[in-house]
Amino acid sequence: MSDFLTLFAPALPEIFVLAMVSLILVIDAALDDSKRYIAYVLSLATVVGAAFLTARDFSAMPVLALGGLFVDDPLADVLKLFLYLSVAVVMVYSRDYLRQRGLYKGEFFVLALFALLGMMVMVSASHFLTLYLGLELLSLSLYAMVALQRDSSVATEAAMKYFVLGALASGMLLYGMSMVYGVTGSLALGDIAQNLTDGTDLRIPLVFGIVFIVAGLAFKLGAVPFHMWVPDVYHGAPTAMTLFIGTAPKIAAFAFVVRILGQGLESQVAEWRDMLVILAVLSMAVGNLAAIAQSNLKRMFAYSTISHMGFMLLGILAGSQNGYGSAMFYVLVYALMSAGGFGMILLLSRAGFEADQLDDFKGLNRRSPWLAFLMLLLMFSMAGVPPTVGFYAKLVVLQAVVEIGYVWLAVAAVLFSLIGAFYYLRIVKLMYFDAPHDTEAISACPDARVIMSANGLAVLALGILPQPLMAVCVYAVGASF
Amino acid sequence: MTYTTAIFYFFAAILVFAGLRVITARNPVHAALFLVLAFFTAAGLWVLLEAEFLAITLVLVYVGAVMVLFLFVVMMLDINLDKLREGFWDYLPLAGFVSVLLVIEMALILGGRHFGLDVMATPAPHAADYSNTKELGRLLYTDYVYAFELAAVILLVAIVAAITLTLRRRKDSKYIDPAEQVKVRRNDRLRIVKMQSEKGPGVRGQDSKGEGA
Repeated sequence: MSDFLTLFAPALPEIFVLAMVSLILVIDAALDDSKRYIAYVLSLATVVGAAFLTARDFSAMPVLALGGLFVDDPLADVLKLFLYLSVAVVMVYSRDYLRQRGLYKGEFFVLALFALLGMMVMVSASHFLTLYLGLELLSLSLYAMVALQRDSSVATEAAMKYFVLGALASGMLLYGMSMVYGVTGSLALGDIAQNLTDGTDLRIPLVFGIVFIVAGLAFKLGAVPFHMWVPDVYHGAPTAMTLFIGTAPKIAAFAFVVRILGQGLESQVAEWRDMLVILAVLSMAVGNLAAIAQSNLKRMFAYSTISHMGFMLLGILAGSQNGYGSAMFYVLVYALMSAGGFGMILLLSRAGFEADQLDDFKGLNRRSPWLAFLMLLLMFSMAGVPPTVGFYAKLVVLQAVVEIGYVWLAVAAVLFSLIGAFYYLRIVKLMYFDAPHDTEAISACPDARVIMSANGLAVLALGILPQPLMAVCVYAVGASF
Repeated sequence: MTYTTAIFYFFAAILVFAGLRVITARNPVHAALFLVLAFFTAAGLWVLLEAEFLAITLVLVYVGAVMVLFLFVVMMLDINLDKLREGFWDYLPLAGFVSVLLVIEMALILGGRHFGLDVMATPAPHAADYSNTKELGRLLYTDYVYAFELAAVILLVAIVAAITLTLRRRKDSKYIDPAEQVKVRRNDRLRIVKMQSEKGPGVRGQDSKGEGA
């Protein structure tokens, strides 16, 4: 028994989440609609419990467990804590929205927790097999969540596109992984890194495999030219699901990329750096330019996601601890801003009305000065205006890029960010200088308002005092590589 | 060419042919049957790789269970495949060109010189009493138990997703509630009506009429 416990102890948070999801699944079947809040409370309790377990067993150095498939290191633990936070925030934001649209069902919570489990598996994977299984667990849950609104043809179409393109991306990823397996003879990231530093005479198949892996990763991240699904899925999915897709999975995707490229294929940095440069530049260009033309806020944020993912790739392609740390900081900040942005759409929506058009934000200042101010902070942060945290996040990534001598890349990134500032500031202009289009009172519930205030103010507070979070990122990356 | 190489090429040729027919066959039932053929020849290739257990599983599970279910679905649903396939022949020249180009490029890079026998030694064949079922079981439940459990969780998600997306509680569906059924009382089902007994010649005649109706 004690052997069993020590064997599985590092994966205790995962086991806890799985047990709780199964429990919620059974309990929810017996609940009628008036008692649905029990599933909601239990889901939040699951997230809090998992956070407690992760924090209690925080490991200061990497520990391989479960036959080398699982690694418990500071990077995994820190990222898991942020995953819990973002999933909990998403649940609070979306409760009213889901209830008004008949989506407030146990399935939402069960699928969200399964997705969380998939992300947890991804961030603490040390093997191609677990990386892939975690990714599939996450993706399958997300496809189902997007399709949850069955009577909406837009949502169904979005889910279908997401599913087909996601399957294609998985295929590419697996093909690339099989090539790397053929060259190194192992699927464990540690062994792969070891074999590759020892040198291999199978360079061409290795690079061929890396190409497919990078293409698969780019698909999942939504980097140009593999970005076509992002706007359609973000636009078509119910906003609560878009909020979910736009926050926690981005953190997991960062871990996924860093684990494969930074840990497994670290010695091949010269090969994948150039591929990431192309992806990053194209993503920032297409994302920022196409966002200008959008009148739907969800679609605009989708293009903004593409450009932000491009920016995050800049940090990763630096290939240094500094670079990974800055990319981690960037993605955490992005998740925070994205939660605020989509959360604001949810707060302003009400039964039968989606506040996802630019016009719906006109004159928000007159309807609710506080919410308008919070949105202003979020938009400034996304655009990278000091003193918000978006500025600092961009700054550290650019520092990492300049350190490896890619000054032109940093200049290009700044230029595209300047272009991007236009559509973020346009929202600020609509909120403060235009007359309200929509005059209904804002019917957001108090807990969502409190979380939104914390979310918006966190963007400002972290912008003034970025050092603690940055120190956490540097520590997590430094102690895990 | 050795005997096993000849068998390999024989199976491989049938596999590629069957795979192509799956996507080009006009009749969906034919496509499903070609998929069965593809699985079967793939199983043959796996036997050549000494993966006997997996080969048998492929035949039993995919050919025996999954494809039979699939055939049922194909036969029961009235799918107009010609409509789904609209534009297939229009796009074929471009798609064919791109895919042929891809195959040639990949063949140039991944030819036998990288993974051929002179680079990678032939793995030593196992003895006749070597059980790869046992090996597989041992690995699955020890070294790979975490991945095995995760695969199970993925299947659970698939079940949850499928039920969520398809289950509709119809208000007009007819069903039997056994709990209510056993609580039935005589008076709910049977009503005894008191009436005058009828006599006379007319009764018999009416009865024979009733039989005819």
